[in-house]
Amino acid sequence: MTRIVNVSRRAFIKGASVATGGLVLGVSLPVFDAFGQQVAPAQPGRLNTFVQIDPDGTVTITLHQAEMGQGVQTSLPMIVAEELEADWSRIKVVQADAVPVNGMEPAAMGTGGSRSVRVNFEPLSKAGATARQLMIQAAANRWAVPVSECSAKAGVVSHPSGKTETFGNLARGAALLTPPQNVALKAAADRRIVGKPTTRLDARAHATGAAVFGIDVGVADLLVGTVVNCPIFGGRLKALDPAPAMAVRGVLRVIPKEDYFVVVATGFWPAKKGAAALAPQWEPGPNAKNSTAAIDTLMQAALKKPGAVAVDRGDAKSAAKSVKKTFSATYQVPFLHHATMEPMNATAWVQGDKIEVWAPTQNAGRERYSIAEEFKVRPENVNVHVPYMGGGFGRRIGMGFIRPAIVASQAMGKPVKVIWTRQEDMTHGMMRPCAVSKLTAGLDESGLPALWDNRLVVPSIAEQLTPNRVMNGVDPISVFGADAPRYNLPNQKLDYAMPQAGVPLGFWRSVPHSYNAFFIESFVDELAREAGKDPVAYRRSLMTAYPRHLAVLERAAKEAGWDTPPPAGHGRGIAVHESFGSICAQVVELSMPSPATIRLVKLTAVVDCGVAVNPRGIETQIEGGMVFALSAAMFGRIDIKDGAAVQKDFDTYRMALMAHVPPVSVHIMEGGPIGGITEPGVPPLAPALANAIVAAGGKRVRKLPIIDEGIGFA
Amino acid sequence: MAFSIKVNGSQHAVDVDGDTPLLWVLRDSLGLTGTKYGCDAGICGACTIHLGGVVTRSCGVTVQDAGDREVITIEALGGSHPLQNAWVEGDVSQCGYCQTGQIMTAAALIADGAKPTDADIDKAMTNICRCGTYNRIRAAIKRASGQV
Repeated sequence: MTRIVNVSRRAFIKGASVATGGLVLGVSLPVFDAFGQQVAPAQPGRLNTFVQIDPDGTVTITLHQAEMGQGVQTSLPMIVAEELEADWSRIKVVQADAVPVNGMEPAAMGTGGSRSVRVNFEPLSKAGATARQLMIQAAANRWAVPVSECSAKAGVVSHPSGKTETFGNLARGAALLTPPQNVALKAAADRRIVGKPTTRLDARAHATGAAVFGIDVGVADLLVGTVVNCPIFGGRLKALDPAPAMAVRGVLRVIPKEDYFVVVATGFWPAKKGAAALAPQWEPGPNAKNSTAAIDTLMQAALKKPGAVAVDRGDAKSAAKSVKKTFSATYQVPFLHHATMEPMNATAWVQGDKIEVWAPTQNAGRERYSIAEEFKVRPENVNVHVPYMGGGFGRRIGMGFIRPAIVASQAMGKPVKVIWTRQEDMTHGMMRPCAVSKLTAGLDESGLPALWDNRLVVPSIAEQLTPNRVMNGVDPISVFGADAPRYNLPNQKLDYAMPQAGVPLGFWRSVPHSYNAFFIESFVDELAREAGKDPVAYRRSLMTAYPRHLAVLERAAKEAGWDTPPPAGHGRGIAVHESFGSICAQVVELSMPSPATIRLVKLTAVVDCGVAVNPRGIETQIEGGMVFALSAAMFGRIDIKDGAAVQKDFDTYRMALMAHVPPVSVHIMEGGPIGGITEPGVPPLAPALANAIVAAGGKRVRKLPIIDEGIGFA
Repeated sequence: MAFSIKVNGSQHAVDVDGDTPLLWVLRDSLGLTGTKYGCDAGICGACTIHLGGVVTRSCGVTVQDAGDREVITIEALGGSHPLQNAWVEGDVSQCGYCQTGQIMTAAALIADGAKPTDADIDKAMTNICRCGTYNRIRAAIKRASGQV
């Protein structure tokens, strides 16, 4: 349960001009894990989201959620401003630090799982509404009229007598009041900010270069370092002669550690030159012979045996009687890297037993504890500031990119920023695991799957990062999206195996949905073709139990002009998938100038996210999610050779470019419970694209990336 | 070694090795952090500047090779350049990291009143945007060049 506390006279928070005597409300929030499951209730006193109203009328919202491009530092303020009845032009946003406020521990700050808007909608609505009530009460007190006679709109409280007062002028009075409990929230129909397409508050700072990303953090006397990690995952540094680096002008120190070293210099260039001059000897460790082929051998072997049972529904035995034909197909996807535009970096300043860190992290609250534990200081002595992130996509979690900066600052006694080169970044990711799925359907006389069997083989993220999430041999983080296809499948089985990859794994935008949607939506398209039916019509007959999903599919078909045949030589492919509480359907229309080339003509997306807080933000996230998925589907592949990642830069880990991307239209549906938005646009693209290639007369692509199947952009 | 370079109309003396890329002179010596580090290989375009009036990826030109050609960075655009306004009005940026490089590439494309076609935009705008904002970049370039 959300708690709203008046901390006006005791808060000392970043950006808060408490000396001016305005109103400051602290919001206590529940704690969620990476998949949006609530793992702890809101704890009184754990605050770091604040709504502050200054006497000059400025409304400052201090947010615990971090901005990495998903627009959360615009959409969350919209939620507060709506209930506050604020003047939107007076809204200012401050990123919260992971630091105790007045001795109170900060709330959880994990930003991921497309959950910031979903889980904060209610708490921040309450915070806004509570602040509004305090403004109204302050006005009523001043005018000696009943609270019930006053109302607030656009930053002004008014009374039917004609009296009006601005929030700014009421802020000092409101600061002395006790917040009311259980303030009523607006009806959806009365919203005027939530639901209005709104320009990002950081748009100008992004366009001018004024926005401070992690890599831009400036601290007096700052040194700059770069890190070189053991190229082989699991290897160790055996020997390192620092002399060649020390001979480079500007290099100050070479710091060898167990499995990496840092070169610290007066600037990045000498640090990089110094690092390049060294000839480290690495102890290769257990993965020295690991390779894509070796991992694939493990994957294929696992595919041949039953795995741990994740889903077993229905009565396969009696259903077998109605099976007229069996159809099976095997799909495969490779390792992927996040390739955030801003390479990994962090800045640290260790002073005695105090550690100050500036880290573009998705998980500042938790990393603060990790830092305290690892560097043996008390958590209250650790302060993590969170600058803008140049993309996150799930990569900026964990200590890996923060640790070298702290180590370097400790060694130098000065603030140090450690910037990873693109090559280090790309060869030391936390990769989206490779995955294989063998799908088998027993088809009845109308071609519908009376039996559905999915054998899924995926190296486990949970086994590496959160082992307690693995239950009976099943990693839920691998099977989400395959465990409950939104089709009428009365008899379905999903079994799962998790071979060891010897590669660090992590959360890549949309996580298992990124491959499970490709597997299932490609397979359903194949089943439709087997049955000689149109892919939309076939899905329609399989989705009677899922009206909300069917409505999204139908809308996508309508917006894409599905019922009008495409021009000769064009093909359209469709896919629909639910993830992170939202349903997204996409249609890809393309032409094939040759059997080896495609030209995208049009992308259409429909998303049902329940409540659309910032429709423009939603459009941009779905558009961007589709392009992110397009890069992966066409080009994305990280290979492993001799235990190390092969691809080192954008020349071999290619991205979709301007010339590849056709017009995209995004359509939003509302009405259900609020869903996530940053990830759900990713999963349907790859299957819709593969399905479109078939529709255009091309081959069925069952293995990504598509370019490896001999099909590239025209 | 000391080099003298002209950046955004001002002459600066910097004491760096001659093989230092302009990118790091701008960022580390002059504190002009609007020019971003992305790939080190001239592929991504996050570090795009104008050098002697030519769109240039600053990670690939050393300070000694820059000579006396003037460097123009995003900071010189002033904040309300038609492209910057179009970027805001069109809600182009997501994470924003690549956008200064995108804008610098686009600035040359629309210089002298040019009205780039879609084909011109496809050809010139090869900067990578990992957030996938390409369509909004295209629209903003057309808006800033008076085509919409």
